[in-house]
Amino acid sequence: MDSLLEDYEEAPAVVVGRKRRRRRRSPATQAALQPLLHLPFLPPQPVSSNEHKLSFKKSKEACLSYIQDALLQKQWKRAAEFLTCYVESLEKDYSREHIGPSEMIWRIGTEILWHHSQSRMKEFSCFMEQMKTLGVKRYLKVCLEHVFHLLCNGQIDEAYQNLSLAESWRFGEQTAIQDKEIKLIQAYRGLLDYCSWSNQKKILLEHGEDGFADLAVEREMHNYFRKAAVNLKEIIKIPGVWDVFVKCYVDLLEFYGEHNEARQVLNEYAYNSKFPANPNAHVYLYQFLKRQGESKKSLISALKILHDIVPSHELMIDFNTMLQKSKKRKKRQMGLEVIFAALDYVGWKENAKAWSCLARQVKQIVISEKHLDWIKQEWNSRKDWWPDFHFSRYLAKRNWQENKSLSHEKALVAGILLGKDCKYFKYVSHQGCKARLKRFRMLKKFVTRHNPVYLRISGPPD
Amino acid sequence: MMGQSMQVRPGSFFLLNCIPLLQRAREVVNTDFITNSRVQTISKGLKKQEKNDGGCEWYICEGFQLVLKKQVEALEALGVCPQMKDEILCNFWRCYLQKSKQAYCKRPAGETVKTLSVCESSTDVDSDPERPSLLHLLSLSESEGDLQTDCSFASSVSKVSESTSVYSGSVDGSLYLMKNQKEKLRMTMPMTLSFCYLALLWVREPITLSEFLRFVVEGHIPYMNVFQHFPEKMKLCGLDLKIFCVESWPEYKEVFNKMHELAAFLDLPRFPDITESCFLHPDMLCMKYLMEANLPDELHNWTCRVVKKIGIGEVDFLTLTPGNKSTRKVKYDVLAAAVIVVVLKLLFLLDDHYEWLLSEFAEERNKNNTEGGPYFEFKKWYEVVKHSLDVEQKKLDEEKAKYLWRCEKPLFYSVKNKSKVLKRRQMVVNLQNQFGKLSGSVQRAEKPNPSSFQLSWSEENTDGSCFHGHSLKGVLQEKCGLLTVMNPDYWLCTVKLCNEKLCGHLAHYREVEFPQSYHFVLGLFSFLLRIQPSYIHDEVCMIEHRLFNKKLCKKLKYNTVLRKIKRPKTSSVKPM
Repeated sequence: MDSLLEDYEEAPAVVVGRKRRRRRRSPATQAALQPLLHLPFLPPQPVSSNEHKLSFKKSKEACLSYIQDALLQKQWKRAAEFLTCYVESLEKDYSREHIGPSEMIWRIGTEILWHHSQSRMKEFSCFMEQMKTLGVKRYLKVCLEHVFHLLCNGQIDEAYQNLSLAESWRFGEQTAIQDKEIKLIQAYRGLLDYCSWSNQKKILLEHGEDGFADLAVEREMHNYFRKAAVNLKEIIKIPGVWDVFVKCYVDLLEFYGEHNEARQVLNEYAYNSKFPANPNAHVYLYQFLKRQGESKKSLISALKILHDIVPSHELMIDFNTMLQKSKKRKKRQMGLEVIFAALDYVGWKENAKAWSCLARQVKQIVISEKHLDWIKQEWNSRKDWWPDFHFSRYLAKRNWQENKSLSHEKALVAGILLGKDCKYFKYVSHQGCKARLKRFRMLKKFVTRHNPVYLRISGPPD
Repeated sequence: MMGQSMQVRPGSFFLLNCIPLLQRAREVVNTDFITNSRVQTISKGLKKQEKNDGGCEWYICEGFQLVLKKQVEALEALGVCPQMKDEILCNFWRCYLQKSKQAYCKRPAGETVKTLSVCESSTDVDSDPERPSLLHLLSLSESEGDLQTDCSFASSVSKVSESTSVYSGSVDGSLYLMKNQKEKLRMTMPMTLSFCYLALLWVREPITLSEFLRFVVEGHIPYMNVFQHFPEKMKLCGLDLKIFCVESWPEYKEVFNKMHELAAFLDLPRFPDITESCFLHPDMLCMKYLMEANLPDELHNWTCRVVKKIGIGEVDFLTLTPGNKSTRKVKYDVLAAAVIVVVLKLLFLLDDHYEWLLSEFAEERNKNNTEGGPYFEFKKWYEVVKHSLDVEQKKLDEEKAKYLWRCEKPLFYSVKNKSKVLKRRQMVVNLQNQFGKLSGSVQRAEKPNPSSFQLSWSEENTDGSCFHGHSLKGVLQEKCGLLTVMNPDYWLCTVKLCNEKLCGHLAHYREVEFPQSYHFVLGLFSFLLRIQPSYIHDEVCMIEHRLFNKKLCKKLKYNTVLRKIKRPKTSSVKPM
């Protein structure tokens, strides 16, 4: 066989060799003048095929991927089965990887224990205690997670105990490193204090009617207030999304009449640019202002920002109503904009209230024959997709069957925007007249009378 | 030593330090030990003192001896011939100790061990460029030691600085790892398997290396965590872990190569002949693999013809002659599998086209004619085997992922982290209990009995899933009274073989470059032998080159531009 290979290698050389030999000489002599080329070292060739060898590490990696598959398919039993084999990797967990086996086990184990039908809260707590000893670097995170599960399970007292315990945890510099977690733990303790305060308040209000003021209850309640307020105030200073804390803190402040501070807190939460954009911040501010009976102007300005962030927010109905009533033209135009924008979203598609808002405003404009250009402007960007999105024959049928008043409002809007020949209007008005409903006959009359409007709306820009 | 029959020949050998400890070990395992009065113990001026931790002095080679003992006992329990332990393996081991100057010699290497304490000379070690430093050794990624990653002591690797002493429970653990590998064949855990298989080969036991390694992985032969059987007083720590605590399964080629190195190192004579009646003869193994692959028995006729044609069934080819560098080392199991692959290629071409054509033809014929045995349908066979293979492969993969690597006996690098290690171990056990309860599956009480067949097909099944009795008539034709294949073509896996000594491979297998059917067949045998498909591919290329040697020569002389045929349909290369 060897000779065969040699033949093969040499054969082409014999044929080509002689012809080329002469030409090759000159570059060779040239090369002699140049300094020798030192080739760099090559990495050593892998001798054994280690990649195919089953090793501890590979086996555990495979195990982990089986666990992940099982978790994705909610096969908790199977996941537990593989996790039983995976825990061995704890004994070798000295890696400096971001998420090492111990963290994996904590996260996966928690998930399994939470969902598995046979697991009990007692076992869960036992697991959590073990996980706490496993990594000081995430001690407080594990504590927090444990508390959440206790709360979900209704064990408020145990949760409170755990929070207090975690708060007093000291472990050298680790305590300082985990200061964010400590703040959170304190905040949640504050939240639980708030709950106790709220319960006391309820008791007091119930007994208050008897004229029997319980001093002890009142003192205790105040005590809770102080404890809660201190911790809640701390956390909301840090930029972040703290909806639940802010709400509770504002509730406390309002109860004790400290409206100015409450306003300041809410303003800070909504308008401080260091905080992440948060629609709820504006909702809370708006609700607070409303409770305080503030002027329309300030209410509108609060909702304006909300509209910019979440055009589909449920408060947009209130916003539209407020704007429609305004005497200023600009505000009314904005109202139309707001309601059109809201109806762009699926969530509003079958909301009779929203459609009636739009119908009312459109009707007003058509009757007054002023500002038809507002409608035209809004309709321009929607005329190519709203007919299919809102005014199909199918929807006409369904709306008619499910909600007569919705179909009435929608038919009005459709008749004005698309003319009396549009599918939606035709179907609904026909059905309405057949059923001898008066308002549908009125609708038909109104639309027919104002039919030319639709040509102006859908025509080329003025 | 391993048995009472081990005799020390007067005058020539001394028994060094292996004996006393093993005696103690024996007291634990085997009470009826009869002290051999002829065994001489050389104390080397050092008495076996009990250390303050309750352990005693022991040497690495003693550890390996215990491992080998455990392994050979397991083999005995599996039914290998009883002489293997005391007459074969024991002699191999003694020979190794002598050749590597660890015992049975005038000036054992151990003497120098004593003068060179690692702790004292750590600076010297570092400055000596010839010798790899200990620190380096610890972090070195070795194929045999493969503790490099992060065994329970690996965390301490970074801490092993000048100030900390590198130590081991054994006397010579640290020196053992520093030894220059070139002059002496260093003993490693995979080497214990090479030892065992060498002995098995010597007695011509009906077991292939792939099967042997499968038994090891299945736990029938102690390997992983075998140190847990060490006697109480043999304390394992520090560098000993690197030697005895393995964290990966041995790989076929590794054990195979070490085995041949070992045979050469021991200067063993030519092994007993592998004749036609031996299990390891390709004709025998082909029969076994044909059965396991659910292929028609008739194919055996063809594998025998190929074996005969290229002379791979000859005694001189098959018999191991240690140290003979001119002959290629035979992997009996891989060779047999490759012969079957070549025969399948001869008959069915396996080019993703012709085999399906034949299959359609056979299907048609089977529909119309129910008399006689059915014609072999490649398509049906593929479907049946593929299904079983997928199921088994999935099972195997899950088993691999579920394998528990740790044993009860905790290991720690130093006394310092003992408590930490024990705590972790306890936590692991707790968690295993907790999630074991939730897993709902009962832990397997006992491992299944060892079986040499992984896939089994029975003709008693009436579902037609067994192809052993199917006939090859559809692919054969009669010519001058001889049955020949209908298929006139053949494609070579490669035209030019690589140099195995330089490149490490005869050929290079890349799945995408080859037909799916070919890949499937390789995959099937790769599953059965638990080796990579490329090993079989190499062997297929070798066989093809022997088979078509003359034709290739002729062809190459006339056609010099031919470089590499990627699945060629060369009509000029006609089979047989």
